[in-house]
Amino acid sequence: MGFHQFGQACLELLTLDDLPTLLIPGVNSKKHQMCFDWGPGEMLVCETSFNKKEKSEMVPSCPFIYIIRKDVDVYSQVLRKLFNESHGIFVGLQRIEEELTGKSRKSQLVRVSKNYRSVIRACMEEMHQVAIAAKDPASGRQFSSQVSILSAMELIWNLCEILFIEVAPAGPLLLHLLDWVRLHVCEVDSLSADVLGSENPSKHESFWNLPGNTQTLTELELKWQHWHEECERYLQDCTFASNPHLESLCKIMLGDEAALLEQKELLSNWYHFLVTRLLYSNPTVKPIDLQYYAQSSLDLFLGGESSPEPLDNILMAAFEFDIHQVIKECSIALSNWWFVAHLTDLLDHCKLLQSHNLYFGSNMREFLLLEYASGLFAHPSLWQLGVDYFDYCPELGRVSLELHIERIPLNTEQKALKVLRICEQRQMTEQVRSICKILAMKAVRNNRLGSALSWSIRAKDAAFATLVSDRFLRDYCERGCFSDLDLIDNLGPAMMLSDRLTFLGKYREFHRVYGEKRFADAASLLLSLMTSQIAPRSFWMTLLTDALPLLEQKQVIFSAEQTYELMQCLEDLTSGKPVHGGSDTQQCQDDDIETTKVEMLRLALARNLARAIVREGSLEGS
Amino acid sequence: MEEIYAKFVSQKISKTRWRPLPPGSLQTAETFATGSWDNEENYVALWSIGDFGNLDSDGGFEGDHQLLCDIRHHGDIMDLQFFDQERIVTASSTGCVTVFLHHPNNQTLSVNQQWTTAHYHTGPGSPSYSSAPCTGIVCNNPEIVTVGEDGRINLFRADHKEAVRTIDNADSSTLHAVTFLRTPEILTVNSIGQLKIWDFRQQGNEPSQILSLTGDRVPLHCVDRHPNQQHVVATGGQDGMLSIWDVRQGTMPVSLLKAHEAEMWEVHFHPSNPDHLFTCSEDGSLWHWDASTDVPEKSLLFHQGGRTSAFLSHSISNQANVHQSVISSWLSTDPAKDRIEITSLLPSRTLSVNSLDVLGPCLVCGTDAEAIYVTRHLFS
Repeated sequence: MGFHQFGQACLELLTLDDLPTLLIPGVNSKKHQMCFDWGPGEMLVCETSFNKKEKSEMVPSCPFIYIIRKDVDVYSQVLRKLFNESHGIFVGLQRIEEELTGKSRKSQLVRVSKNYRSVIRACMEEMHQVAIAAKDPASGRQFSSQVSILSAMELIWNLCEILFIEVAPAGPLLLHLLDWVRLHVCEVDSLSADVLGSENPSKHESFWNLPGNTQTLTELELKWQHWHEECERYLQDCTFASNPHLESLCKIMLGDEAALLEQKELLSNWYHFLVTRLLYSNPTVKPIDLQYYAQSSLDLFLGGESSPEPLDNILMAAFEFDIHQVIKECSIALSNWWFVAHLTDLLDHCKLLQSHNLYFGSNMREFLLLEYASGLFAHPSLWQLGVDYFDYCPELGRVSLELHIERIPLNTEQKALKVLRICEQRQMTEQVRSICKILAMKAVRNNRLGSALSWSIRAKDAAFATLVSDRFLRDYCERGCFSDLDLIDNLGPAMMLSDRLTFLGKYREFHRVYGEKRFADAASLLLSLMTSQIAPRSFWMTLLTDALPLLEQKQVIFSAEQTYELMQCLEDLTSGKPVHGGSDTQQCQDDDIETTKVEMLRLALARNLARAIVREGSLEGS
Repeated sequence: MEEIYAKFVSQKISKTRWRPLPPGSLQTAETFATGSWDNEENYVALWSIGDFGNLDSDGGFEGDHQLLCDIRHHGDIMDLQFFDQERIVTASSTGCVTVFLHHPNNQTLSVNQQWTTAHYHTGPGSPSYSSAPCTGIVCNNPEIVTVGEDGRINLFRADHKEAVRTIDNADSSTLHAVTFLRTPEILTVNSIGQLKIWDFRQQGNEPSQILSLTGDRVPLHCVDRHPNQQHVVATGGQDGMLSIWDVRQGTMPVSLLKAHEAEMWEVHFHPSNPDHLFTCSEDGSLWHWDASTDVPEKSLLFHQGGRTSAFLSHSISNQANVHQSVISSWLSTDPAKDRIEITSLLPSRTLSVNSLDVLGPCLVCGTDAEAIYVTRHLFS
């Protein structure tokens, strides 16, 4: 339920003018209608033969089907490093979650946040290098815009870290904000140089020299109050009246907004203005008061000339401590789910999302992670990262993974093994069976019976093992010899997987034993194959025919008892056989052969029985 | 084990190999090649870890590997070997075997020779032609032996257009890896847990010897021969088990060591210190096995990462050849004396480590997390 609301909220904020349009090359959209279909991360589009105005033509003019990908970032070489490195940080965070307790928890979470930010910065740096080295100006511009997007992401993340994760209280708050601005805006250095060169540098230094934070907030406020009053006195006494520069400097130090705004060129944006203003008018500002200063700074800086940009709205939402608004605005402004998914996950670990509106707050993290991971699965290579993200989505992660993992194309056995390992580690037995079955079928079709057997063993698929054994037996009947002896002779414990497979192994063993001229063992093995019911009925004739040479040997191999059993088998076989209608000559010939075989067997069995009885009788006698 | 440097390279790495050093050279390894997989465009690349002449203040360039050149490769790179100083042979998932030539003067790679239909299920002559991935390569100048999912073994010679010898249907299952024993003998491992020795001097299509594990026929994925003792072979299996075999004696392994939690992708004896063995696995770890008996009282330890359990299951071959003056520590029959120290070399668990290579004090490995790790101080 929560997901729908969230999606709906996103859609409401969009108007038709906001939606980007993409022209499909080669398709005349004015003449013909297009059809489309959604895929997991892509859309298929093609032209139809339906014409809007005139009669429909038989064939559409454009013969291509187009694949439209929404998420192009996933294909960027530089951003791939971001995805891979942040994956490691994400997984590490989930794993240490249980160990995060007490006081160290906050510092560990801050460390994770800094890790994420350093990865963004490294990516930004590399993208910048690529932009400089770009051969044509269009791609150079594209890379540069990517750099500014990454820079904005780092800016937002940094602010969120200060306000939500670090939860800086009044006092250190401004220091953090100063660092924040300093990191992102170079020009602030020149301004501070001006300020420090002013009349009261010593007062400045002693004021901001708080390494051990030995002063309390109240002491700080008093000191500052005292200094502020001194400045005001200087101004009112017109001490600097002679020098307009020093006078405006003094006004700046008092936090006079007009004076600050006069230096607008040095202040690159409104949040720079905000922080500078706070530095001089209210350095011990409390977090809850930030939003008022922020709003007025934004209004003053823009001065009604321009309207706020998306980045401004996001930062404003952060100053207002409205986490949900921050995430919502970021989701809309950014083309890829990476940023919001990771930031929301981190904020969730800080236990910040639960205290807010639970309506869809508790599901928001999972929604974003699912979206991000699904995007990864649409990429031919990055799907492996997506697996871990699904693992940490407690409600829908597993079922999403089950759906996605079966659809990964498997062009080599090694890739199939990796996918199978992922499934086995998560006890997804259904997926294991289905993947192994597909691979085994492919192997059988390519006549790789050993591979087919290997896949059925992995999936513990007795039915398929039976199929493979039937193939072997059929090959034997057709050719009179076994193929792939290296496999059948070395089945080992796998033989037990299916009855048919056991039969195959034992039958081969019979041939081997016979080849070694151990006739008595061969005979009892053959008999046990028939009496133990593991031999398929269709094969009984073959087995009995195999018994013929043993029956015809000079010495008596089958005992009387065994001969009786053989005769019983023969009778079972012949009595069950239906009488053929004699439709064609081929059928008649086959029947003739069958009858001859049966007669030969009966004769041989009878002779053997006679000899066996005589032998056993005479042995007993002597 | 000190610094190990990681670099994210935006492609999943399937193989990494050090370029061999000229014989008698005193240098350490400087260049390695990598192959990628699972991309829409895969690349074979050469990297260098040498100095660039401008170290920064804390010698920062020492570990960082830089790309020298790369070339597009059709299909996943399933195996990669250096044929000699300038030539690299690759096995592709399209069944093609390619020889690349490196031009050091302008730092480029080019295709030198190609056998496009080295491995296939149904042949190129038939209408339903379907190729099969080539899974393993071993080189011994001028010969190249390849094996594939089609169960076929090919013997190529560089600069010969056709295969010198082909053994069709050498195996009914997939052949995963191949290594030379004593030329002209090769050893292959397959997906039903068998080692087969083939002698190219013999005319037939049958192996001269078959060895296999007792118990479950676990597929074997990798094999490496001891550098000095050509009858000692190590294999890695799908269950992460490391097996040491003596191919002269019996048909069963000498030692079975329970190692990784998932498929072992590569096993390597150290070429100059063969008492050291390295394995890497789908479970995201790379282990260094130290069987050297320098320290008498070394107990079985497992370092790093909080894993405290120790693994050593040692089945003893009772036909030890006591006449041999140099008994390999891997085949030692005295469990009391025999201790193996195992160290995990990667700083944290990652996605699968697909490949590794060692040369001198240098080690390189590549992972599915699109990172290459290099260290130049293996034994410090």
